Amino acid sequence: MTAMAAMIEVDRLTFAYGGRPALFEGFSLIVAQGEALAVIGPSGCGKSTLLYLLAGLKPPQSGQIRILGEPLRRPRPRTGLILQDHGLLPWATLRENARLGARIRNFYGPDGRHAPQNGLDRAAALARVDGWLERLGILEYANQYPSQLSRGQRQRAAIARTLSLEPDLLLMDEPFSALDAPTRADLLEVIGRAGPAAGLTRVLVTHDIEEAVLFGRKILVLKRGVNREALVLAGEPAEGRAERDTEARAALRARLLGLLEVGP
Amino acid sequence: MTKNLNPVSALAGLAMFFLLWQVAAWLIHRAILPGPVTVLPVFFRAFAGELGLHFLASAGRVLAAVFLAVVTAVPLGLILGQAPRLDRVFAPLVAILYPIPKIVFLPVIYVLMGITDVSKVLLIALIIFFQILVVVRDEAAGLHPELILSVRSLGAGRRALFRYVYLPAALPAVLTALRVSVGTAIAVLFITEQSLTRHGLGYYIVVETYQVLLYPEMYAGILAMSLLGLAIYFVLFRFEVRLTRHVRLAEG
Repeated sequence: MTAMAAMIEVDRLTFAYGGRPALFEGFSLIVAQGEALAVIGPSGCGKSTLLYLLAGLKPPQSGQIRILGEPLRRPRPRTGLILQDHGLLPWATLRENARLGARIRNFYGPDGRHAPQNGLDRAAALARVDGWLERLGILEYANQYPSQLSRGQRQRAAIARTLSLEPDLLLMDEPFSALDAPTRADLLEVIGRAGPAAGLTRVLVTHDIEEAVLFGRKILVLKRGVNREALVLAGEPAEGRAERDTEARAALRARLLGLLEVGP
Repeated sequence: MTKNLNPVSALAGLAMFFLLWQVAAWLIHRAILPGPVTVLPVFFRAFAGELGLHFLASAGRVLAAVFLAVVTAVPLGLILGQAPRLDRVFAPLVAILYPIPKIVFLPVIYVLMGITDVSKVLLIALIIFFQILVVVRDEAAGLHPELILSVRSLGAGRRALFRYVYLPAALPAVLTALRVSVGTAIAVLFITEQSLTRHGLGYYIVVETYQVLLYPEMYAGILAMSLLGLAIYFVLFRFEVRLTRHVRLAEG
């Protein structure tokens, strides 16, 4: 493998929901390790579906998805998934929710089928959870229920739950779309910081051009109808908030706007 | 109504009940309605002896029926709730069977299963079964698909999903359904115990006391039966309160 090994290889993927036209046909895509990929497209273009496919939650009809060279057949332990909302158990406290991943691994320890292969220690994962709750500023709400908290706090809990499992691949489906602008910027930064240091590969699905531009070093544009080829634009994610409005970024925004409004 | 039930208000309710009963007994003044002053001593004496055994027999039947109904209806409800296509096939059947008063099947069950405890338990279980089946199915169907996906992404297979998602989601509804149907269940128990058995409160009330005009003893039996219903109701209610803390906190 080269220095920048491929995290995700999508190889001639075909997928359609039962009885409906295909969303992907012979679709290929390579995402390097440590990459920050934004996926943008109109609703119904299959961007969430692509994420679920990458998570191993849906099997492709043909073609193959490989993560770190391994063919993907079921959710892998080191892939983290963060959804827009509804990801937390309403009857469990924030801490219980954040610990869910570690507890499920405990539950699956003996049969070994879903147990982590990388020797990830379960007790350590449980202990790590509170550290993440603190880092995300929600430790003081640890004993409250999701319904008592704001969307932003809930989303932080979902992020803590996922990051405490030390993923090497983080998949996010519109995780910030229900949040107000400041909260969104905060969390975008949290996820941004979590990236390069840990060598974390991140895929963010969004319908929001601004979010895609601020987040993605690569931006995958999907279209409504069958996606046969991956249209990937090079982005330059913001390092700090000051340099939000460079010329290059304005051009990228305009280009995305054109692509999304007209559609290829 | 059960919302503000603490020990003090429970005692107040009980006192009011006995007072009204005593007043009614004075007013009607006939052998068929002895007051609590007459009945309570009889009750305590009888409950320590024969009545207690009948109580245990009835309690055993109800609990066995509850157990049978829960272990069959919960998995079936979960399956129907999570498999919309399967549910569409069976929903009309469930809708037709659900409102039928199951007591009408008593003779059928007796003929098919014989006059045993099993057939009595089965009939009561049948009543509770449909109540639970329907709520568990609706509860499982109402689970947000994103919740299932996100828990699966944490590595949960079928067993872990059941343990961490489906079961806790359905349990409060199961308890509510049980609490609501336990009254009917005990009513049916009473009917099935009136004949073709020598144990149980129904037998005690109708055959051992009413038919031989032992009215105070009959009321002791009625009290025991009420106690059975109340005890089950409140045990279920306590569990329910504990399991639905998150709902009340969100509202408060």
